[in-house]
Amino acid sequence: MIPLFFYLGLSGILFVCGVLGFLIKRNIITIFMSIELMLNGVNLSFVAFAAHWHALSGQIFVFFVMVVAAAEAAVGLAIIIAVYRTRETLNVDQVNLLKL
Amino acid sequence: MHLILFLFFGGICVAGAVNLLLQRHPINSALSLVVVMASLAGEYLLLGAEFVAAIQVIVYAGAIMVLFIFTIMLLNAGEEERTGKSRVAIMLGVPGVAIASVLVAWVLLRHSGTGDVALFALPGVPHDIAQLLFHDFLLPFEITSILILIAIMGAVVLASKPESIAKPSAAEPAEQEARELVASGRER
Repeated sequence: MIPLFFYLGLSGILFVCGVLGFLIKRNIITIFMSIELMLNGVNLSFVAFAAHWHALSGQIFVFFVMVVAAAEAAVGLAIIIAVYRTRETLNVDQVNLLKL
Repeated sequence: MHLILFLFFGGICVAGAVNLLLQRHPINSALSLVVVMASLAGEYLLLGAEFVAAIQVIVYAGAIMVLFIFTIMLLNAGEEERTGKSRVAIMLGVPGVAIASVLVAWVLLRHSGTGDVALFALPGVPHDIAQLLFHDFLLPFEITSILILIAIMGAVVLASKPESIAKPSAAEPAEQEARELVASGRER
Protein backbone atom coordinates (compact mmCIF):
# COMPACT_ATOMS: atom_id res chain seq x y z
CA MET A 1 0.00 0.00 0.00
CA ILE A 2 1.28 3.39 -0.98
CA PRO A 3 -0.34 6.64 0.15
CA LEU A 4 -2.09 8.49 -2.64
CA PHE A 5 -0.12 11.51 -1.48
CA PHE A 6 3.12 9.98 -2.83
CA TYR A 7 1.74 9.65 -6.33
CA LEU A 8 0.28 13.16 -6.26
CA GLY A 9 3.59 14.48 -4.91
CA LEU A 10 5.53 12.87 -7.78
CA SER A 11 3.00 14.24 -10.24
CA GLY A 12 3.35 17.71 -8.70
CA ILE A 13 7.16 17.54 -8.86
CA LEU A 14 7.01 16.61 -12.55
CA PHE A 15 4.54 19.41 -13.26
CA VAL A 16 6.67 21.99 -11.43
CA CYS A 17 9.78 20.81 -13.32
CA GLY A 18 7.85 21.31 -16.54
CA VAL A 19 6.78 24.83 -15.56
CA LEU A 20 10.34 25.69 -14.55
CA GLY A 21 11.69 24.43 -17.87
CA PHE A 22 9.01 26.36 -19.74
CA LEU A 23 10.06 29.57 -18.00
CA ILE A 24 13.86 29.35 -17.95
CA LYS A 25 14.66 27.45 -21.15
CA ARG A 26 15.42 29.53 -24.24
CA ASN A 27 15.46 26.81 -26.87
CA ILE A 28 12.02 26.43 -28.43
CA ILE A 29 12.30 22.63 -28.76
CA THR A 30 13.23 22.27 -25.07
CA ILE A 31 10.26 24.46 -24.15
CA PHE A 32 8.07 22.04 -26.09
CA MET A 33 9.57 19.11 -24.20
CA SER A 34 8.76 20.88 -20.91
CA ILE A 35 5.11 21.00 -21.99
CA GLU A 36 5.22 17.24 -22.59
CA LEU A 37 6.67 16.83 -19.10
CA MET A 38 3.73 18.76 -17.61
CA LEU A 39 1.25 16.57 -19.51
CA ASN A 40 3.00 13.47 -18.18
CA GLY A 41 2.72 14.74 -14.62
CA VAL A 42 -1.01 15.26 -15.07
CA ASN A 43 -1.37 11.76 -16.59
CA LEU A 44 0.22 10.22 -13.50
CA SER A 45 -2.30 11.90 -11.22
CA PHE A 46 -5.14 10.73 -13.50
CA VAL A 47 -4.01 7.10 -13.22
CA ALA A 48 -3.41 7.40 -9.46
CA PHE A 49 -6.91 8.79 -8.90
CA ALA A 50 -8.39 6.11 -11.15
CA ALA A 51 -6.77 3.44 -8.97
CA HIS A 52 -7.80 5.24 -5.78
CA TRP A 53 -11.46 5.70 -6.63
CA HIS A 54 -11.77 2.43 -8.59
CA ALA A 55 -13.01 4.30 -11.64
CA LEU A 56 -11.57 3.10 -14.92
CA SER A 57 -12.66 6.25 -16.76
CA GLY A 58 -9.61 8.01 -15.31
CA GLN A 59 -7.46 5.83 -17.56
CA ILE A 60 -9.61 6.73 -20.58
CA PHE A 61 -8.80 10.38 -19.99
CA VAL A 62 -5.10 9.52 -20.12
CA PHE A 63 -5.65 8.33 -23.69
CA PHE A 64 -7.37 11.58 -24.59
CA VAL A 65 -4.49 13.55 -23.07
CA MET A 66 -2.07 11.45 -25.14
CA VAL A 67 -4.05 12.15 -28.32
CA VAL A 68 -4.00 15.89 -27.62
CA ALA A 69 -0.26 15.69 -26.87
CA ALA A 70 0.39 13.92 -30.16
CA ALA A 71 -1.65 16.45 -32.12
CA GLU A 72 0.08 19.30 -30.31
CA ALA A 73 3.53 17.84 -30.98
CA ALA A 74 2.78 17.42 -34.69
CA VAL A 75 1.44 20.95 -35.16
CA GLY A 76 4.00 22.55 -32.85
CA LEU A 77 7.00 20.93 -34.49
CA ALA A 78 5.65 21.97 -37.90
CA ILE A 79 5.42 25.55 -36.59
CA ILE A 80 9.01 25.27 -35.27
CA ILE A 81 10.18 24.12 -38.72
CA ALA A 82 8.35 27.03 -40.37
CA VAL A 83 9.85 29.52 -37.89
CA TYR A 84 13.34 28.09 -38.36
CA ARG A 85 13.00 28.35 -42.12
CA THR A 86 12.35 32.10 -41.98
CA ARG A 87 14.38 33.15 -38.89
CA GLU A 88 17.14 30.53 -38.89
CA THR A 89 17.21 30.51 -35.11
CA LEU A 90 15.64 28.42 -32.37
CA ASN A 91 16.17 30.98 -29.61
CA VAL A 92 12.82 32.33 -28.45
CA ASP A 93 14.38 35.69 -27.56
CA GLN A 94 15.03 36.32 -31.23
CA VAL A 95 11.57 35.25 -32.33
CA ASN A 96 9.65 38.35 -31.30
CA LEU A 97 7.34 38.90 -34.27
CA LEU A 98 4.19 36.90 -34.92
CA LYS A 99 4.54 37.64 -38.62
CA LEU A 100 6.54 35.11 -40.55
CA MET B 1 8.43 -4.11 -1.99
CA HIS B 2 5.79 -1.93 -3.61
CA LEU B 3 7.18 1.14 -1.87
CA ILE B 4 10.75 0.29 -2.94
CA LEU B 5 9.66 -0.06 -6.58
CA PHE B 6 7.71 3.20 -6.35
CA LEU B 7 10.72 5.04 -4.93
CA PHE B 8 13.02 3.47 -7.54
CA PHE B 9 10.90 4.54 -10.52
CA GLY B 10 10.03 7.86 -8.91
CA GLY B 11 13.70 8.62 -8.28
CA ILE B 12 14.60 7.87 -11.91
CA CYS B 13 11.66 9.97 -13.01
CA VAL B 14 12.64 13.04 -10.96
CA ALA B 15 16.31 12.65 -11.90
CA GLY B 16 15.35 12.61 -15.58
CA ALA B 17 13.15 15.69 -15.17
CA VAL B 18 15.91 17.62 -13.38
CA ASN B 19 18.44 16.48 -15.99
CA LEU B 20 16.11 17.82 -18.70
CA LEU B 21 16.36 21.24 -17.06
CA LEU B 22 20.13 21.15 -16.54
CA GLN B 23 21.20 19.95 -20.00
CA ARG B 24 21.87 22.65 -22.53
CA HIS B 25 21.86 20.58 -25.68
CA PRO B 26 18.30 19.71 -26.83
CA ILE B 27 19.18 16.13 -27.77
CA ASN B 28 20.31 15.44 -24.18
CA SER B 29 17.06 16.94 -22.90
CA ALA B 30 15.08 14.74 -25.30
CA LEU B 31 16.86 11.59 -24.14
CA SER B 32 16.24 12.43 -20.48
CA LEU B 33 12.57 12.95 -21.35
CA VAL B 34 12.54 9.40 -22.76
CA VAL B 35 13.91 8.21 -19.39
CA VAL B 36 11.11 10.08 -17.58
CA MET B 37 8.46 8.50 -19.80
CA ALA B 38 9.86 4.99 -19.44
CA SER B 39 9.96 5.22 -15.66
CA LEU B 40 6.43 6.66 -15.65
CA ALA B 41 5.38 3.51 -17.53
CA GLY B 42 6.82 1.56 -14.60
CA GLU B 43 4.70 3.63 -12.21
CA TYR B 44 1.60 2.89 -14.28
CA LEU B 45 2.40 -0.82 -14.10
CA LEU B 46 2.62 -0.54 -10.31
CA LEU B 47 -0.84 1.04 -10.32
CA GLY B 48 -2.19 -1.86 -12.38
CA ALA B 49 -2.72 0.20 -15.53
CA GLU B 50 -1.03 -2.24 -17.89
CA PHE B 51 -2.55 -0.95 -21.10
CA VAL B 52 -1.74 2.67 -20.25
CA ALA B 53 1.86 1.64 -19.53
CA ALA B 54 2.15 -0.10 -22.90
CA ILE B 55 0.65 2.89 -24.72
CA GLN B 56 2.95 5.21 -22.78
CA VAL B 57 6.00 3.36 -24.06
CA ILE B 58 4.71 2.91 -27.62
CA VAL B 59 3.14 6.31 -28.26
CA TYR B 60 4.99 8.70 -25.97
CA ALA B 61 8.50 7.25 -25.71
CA GLY B 62 8.25 5.79 -29.20
CA ALA B 63 6.34 8.01 -31.58
CA ILE B 64 6.30 11.47 -30.02
CA MET B 65 9.92 11.44 -28.88
CA VAL B 66 11.06 10.17 -32.29
CA LEU B 67 9.24 13.17 -33.77
CA PHE B 68 11.13 15.47 -31.38
CA ILE B 69 14.52 13.91 -32.08
CA PHE B 70 13.81 13.95 -35.81
CA THR B 71 13.08 17.69 -35.62
CA ILE B 72 16.22 18.35 -33.57
CA MET B 73 18.30 16.53 -36.15
CA LEU B 74 16.49 18.16 -39.09
CA LEU B 75 17.09 21.67 -37.77
CA ASN B 76 20.62 20.83 -36.59
CA ALA B 77 19.84 22.39 -33.21
CA GLY B 78 22.96 23.31 -31.29
CA GLU B 79 23.58 24.29 -27.71
CA GLU B 80 21.35 26.82 -26.07
CA GLU B 81 22.69 30.35 -26.19
CA ARG B 82 22.77 32.36 -22.99
CA THR B 83 21.65 35.93 -23.53
CA GLY B 84 20.77 38.77 -21.19
CA LYS B 85 17.11 37.91 -21.52
CA SER B 86 17.71 34.36 -20.30
CA ARG B 87 19.08 35.77 -17.04
CA VAL B 88 15.90 37.84 -16.67
CA ALA B 89 13.86 34.70 -17.35
CA ILE B 90 15.70 32.81 -14.60
CA MET B 91 15.31 35.72 -12.16
CA LEU B 92 11.57 35.96 -12.77
CA GLY B 93 10.92 32.27 -13.42
CA VAL B 94 12.52 30.65 -10.38
CA PRO B 95 10.59 32.70 -7.75
CA GLY B 96 7.38 32.21 -9.72
CA VAL B 97 7.90 28.46 -9.78
CA ALA B 98 8.78 28.48 -6.07
CA ILE B 99 5.45 30.15 -5.34
CA ALA B 100 3.63 27.70 -7.62
CA SER B 101 5.28 24.67 -6.01
CA VAL B 102 4.41 25.94 -2.52
CA LEU B 103 0.79 26.28 -3.68
CA VAL B 104 0.78 22.75 -5.14
CA ALA B 105 2.32 21.32 -1.97
CA TRP B 106 -0.21 23.16 0.20
CA VAL B 107 -3.16 21.89 -1.82
CA LEU B 108 -1.76 18.34 -1.71
CA LEU B 109 -1.15 18.40 2.02
CA ARG B 110 -4.51 19.98 2.71
CA HIS B 111 -6.84 18.05 0.45
CA SER B 112 -5.33 14.73 -0.57
CA GLY B 113 -6.37 12.99 2.66
CA THR B 114 -4.80 9.80 3.89
CA GLY B 115 -6.08 7.36 1.30
CA ASP B 116 -3.91 4.49 0.18
CA VAL B 117 -3.48 2.93 -3.24
CA ALA B 118 -3.10 -0.82 -3.24
CA LEU B 119 -0.78 -2.73 -5.55
CA PHE B 120 -2.63 -3.42 -8.82
CA ALA B 121 -5.64 -1.69 -7.29
CA LEU B 122 -7.55 -1.43 -10.54
CA PRO B 123 -6.48 -3.80 -13.31
CA GLY B 124 -6.74 -1.79 -16.50
CA VAL B 125 -6.88 -4.73 -18.89
CA PRO B 126 -7.57 -3.92 -22.55
CA HIS B 127 -10.96 -5.63 -22.45
CA ASP B 128 -12.41 -3.29 -19.81
CA ILE B 129 -10.81 -0.23 -21.39
CA ALA B 130 -12.19 -1.12 -24.82
CA GLN B 131 -15.64 -1.61 -23.27
CA LEU B 132 -15.49 1.93 -21.86
CA LEU B 133 -13.78 3.58 -24.81
CA PHE B 134 -16.02 2.17 -27.54
CA HIS B 135 -19.25 2.26 -25.58
CA ASP B 136 -19.46 5.02 -23.00
CA PHE B 137 -16.85 7.32 -24.55
CA LEU B 138 -17.62 6.64 -28.21
CA LEU B 139 -18.44 10.24 -29.14
CA PRO B 140 -15.28 11.75 -27.57
CA PHE B 141 -13.26 8.97 -29.23
CA GLU B 142 -14.64 9.87 -32.65
CA ILE B 143 -14.03 13.56 -32.01
CA THR B 144 -10.38 12.88 -31.19
CA SER B 145 -10.03 11.14 -34.54
CA ILE B 146 -11.24 14.35 -36.22
CA LEU B 147 -8.77 16.31 -34.05
CA ILE B 148 -5.91 14.08 -35.22
CA LEU B 149 -7.01 14.49 -38.85
CA ILE B 150 -7.03 18.30 -38.51
CA ALA B 151 -3.64 18.22 -36.77
CA ILE B 152 -2.13 16.13 -39.58
CA MET B 153 -3.48 18.52 -42.22
CA GLY B 154 -2.26 21.52 -40.25
CA ALA B 155 1.20 20.02 -39.83
CA VAL B 156 1.47 19.27 -43.55
CA VAL B 157 0.34 22.79 -44.49
CA LEU B 158 2.66 24.46 -41.98
CA ALA B 159 5.75 22.41 -42.74
CA SER B 160 5.42 22.52 -46.54
CA LYS B 161 7.55 25.16 -48.19
CA PRO B 162 5.47 28.22 -49.07
CA GLU B 163 6.43 29.70 -52.45
CA SER B 164 5.85 33.31 -51.45
CA ILE B 165 7.89 33.17 -48.24
CA ALA B 166 10.80 31.08 -49.50
CA LYS B 167 13.78 33.37 -49.54
CA PRO B 168 15.91 33.23 -52.67
CA SER B 169 18.95 34.44 -50.73
CA ALA B 170 18.94 31.34 -48.57
CA ALA B 171 19.25 29.03 -51.55
CA GLU B 172 21.90 31.02 -53.40
CA PRO B 173 24.97 30.48 -51.17
CA ALA B 174 24.39 26.76 -51.07
CA GLU B 175 24.09 26.67 -54.84
CA GLN B 176 27.24 28.70 -55.22
CA GLU B 177 29.05 26.43 -52.82
CA ALA B 178 27.95 23.40 -54.80
CA ARG B 179 29.19 25.00 -58.02
CA GLU B 180 32.53 25.77 -56.38
CA LEU B 181 32.80 22.20 -55.19
CA VAL B 182 32.10 20.91 -58.67
CA ALA B 183 34.66 23.35 -60.11
CA SER B 184 37.34 22.30 -57.63
CA GLY B 185 36.58 18.70 -58.41
CA ARG B 186 37.18 19.37 -62.10
CA GLU B 187 40.46 21.11 -61.36
CA ARG B 188 41.69 18.08 -59.54
